[in-house]
Amino acid sequence: MMRLPWFKYHAPRSVAEAAHILAAEGGDAMLIAGGTDLLPNMKRRQQTPATLVSLRQVEGLKRIANGKGLTLGAGLTLSEVVAAPQVREKYRGLWQAAAQVASPHLRNMGTLGGNLCLDTRCLYYNQNEDWRRAIDFCMKRDGQTCWVATRSKRCLAVSSTDTAPALISLGAKVRLISAEGERDLALNELYCNDGIDYLARRPDEILTEVMLPDLAGWKSTYWKLRRRGSFDFPLLGVAAAVRTAPDGTVEEARIVLGAVSSHPLLTEAGQLLVGGKLTDEAIAAVGKKAGAVAKPMDNADLDLYWRKDVVPEFIAYALRELRGDDMSETRMRVTRQLL
Amino acid sequence: MGITATVPGKVHITLKVNGEEMEVSFAPYKTLLEVLREDLGLTGTKHGCELGECGACAVLVDGAPLLSCLTLAIECEGRAIETIEGLANGPELHPLQEAFADLGGSQCGYCTPGAIMTAKALLDNEPEPSSQRIKEAMAGNLCRCTGYQQIVESVEKAAGCCRHAERVKA
Repeated sequence: MMRLPWFKYHAPRSVAEAAHILAAEGGDAMLIAGGTDLLPNMKRRQQTPATLVSLRQVEGLKRIANGKGLTLGAGLTLSEVVAAPQVREKYRGLWQAAAQVASPHLRNMGTLGGNLCLDTRCLYYNQNEDWRRAIDFCMKRDGQTCWVATRSKRCLAVSSTDTAPALISLGAKVRLISAEGERDLALNELYCNDGIDYLARRPDEILTEVMLPDLAGWKSTYWKLRRRGSFDFPLLGVAAAVRTAPDGTVEEARIVLGAVSSHPLLTEAGQLLVGGKLTDEAIAAVGKKAGAVAKPMDNADLDLYWRKDVVPEFIAYALRELRGDDMSETRMRVTRQLL
Repeated sequence: MGITATVPGKVHITLKVNGEEMEVSFAPYKTLLEVLREDLGLTGTKHGCELGECGACAVLVDGAPLLSCLTLAIECEGRAIETIEGLANGPELHPLQEAFADLGGSQCGYCTPGAIMTAKALLDNEPEPSSQRIKEAMAGNLCRCTGYQQIVESVEKAAGCCRHAERVKA
């Protein structure tokens, strides 16, 4: 039986109060929202904060505000994000990504902010303490070596969030608030390509909301590869967002890959589409270019080489869907969910 | 500020379980699953993977199915908790319990409390779910015995019984 370790617990009611507690507690404190990522990690002693600052009762973190775009409170559960009609209608890629996170129960618990700050994952790290001790631990926690690539100077744990690639493709920003003030970051800038220091968020900052721009004329989608139709983290996520002229000419396109790097990977392949139409040839060229930069590592489920091979296929599914092809059968085969 | 636990020792709170208010003292690191089973003696909720990967420990909190193994009990004050123990009305089984028993929706029984509570939340919100909706809603409850078909059939049968009972009442 795995018990949680002892921790001090605070339940502030406002962002200011939470920020004050975080500042006072220093680096040993962590925020807890849904707890679906942090608590398993604490049970396995991967993360052992001395203090938990709960965001559950903090006011204002479940706000949904329509303005020029859409603002989503970081404390919304993923189920609440999925249930928001504005998300479903205008930000389809986010809706599809949120609807495919983990399982229904975990979506009822886990929050949007939590999914954006999800700890990076690795087969050598997401194990209990005895298992990790048996390999003398790894670079990410208590050890020196990266067991995925033993000569690697940095940790290769994988960014496994579904919502981040979708939100980056949609041009989202996030707000970070600390006792010292607040700042807004383009979501892409929240991430660093390092399995240990994977977030540019400082430990005393609270991610409070996600701001989406008005995306008139855009279409977006998210495709996820995993072994089962539920529970599993992505082994590949493809988020694509495209703005087209009335005649179908692509004016802007963003393609972001998840789970093939230590950060969500905003590719440059979308540029290949600009000025042309979503033809089979153009889609194949994008798949080839984006596939070349995807670097999945042998630290997750399924065969590594196969996972790399299917990157262009998944990009093609996404772009064909945006072109208007009926992809429902493929979608059902791949994700076993009607999306 | 809500409840805090900043010095070693137990916290003392009131939990509302199956409509009944219960005072309970426990170490603040305990999960709702641990408090239900160890401190309140409600062992109907099952202890599976402890990591959110199986659904055996699912209970309803404010009507939504959650995993009690990843819910801090200290965060549950004032919230309505429903467990499998609260389902039967005296000797009368809930339609879901009856359907699971009649149709083989339960074999070894370990996943059953979590599966039934999850199905209850579905039927409370959607009295006439399609079988695809049932599969989606139950996608967080692993069962290693039934192959799932009997579980889906049980939920479908219970949905029909619930609707029938509603009509009789009306």
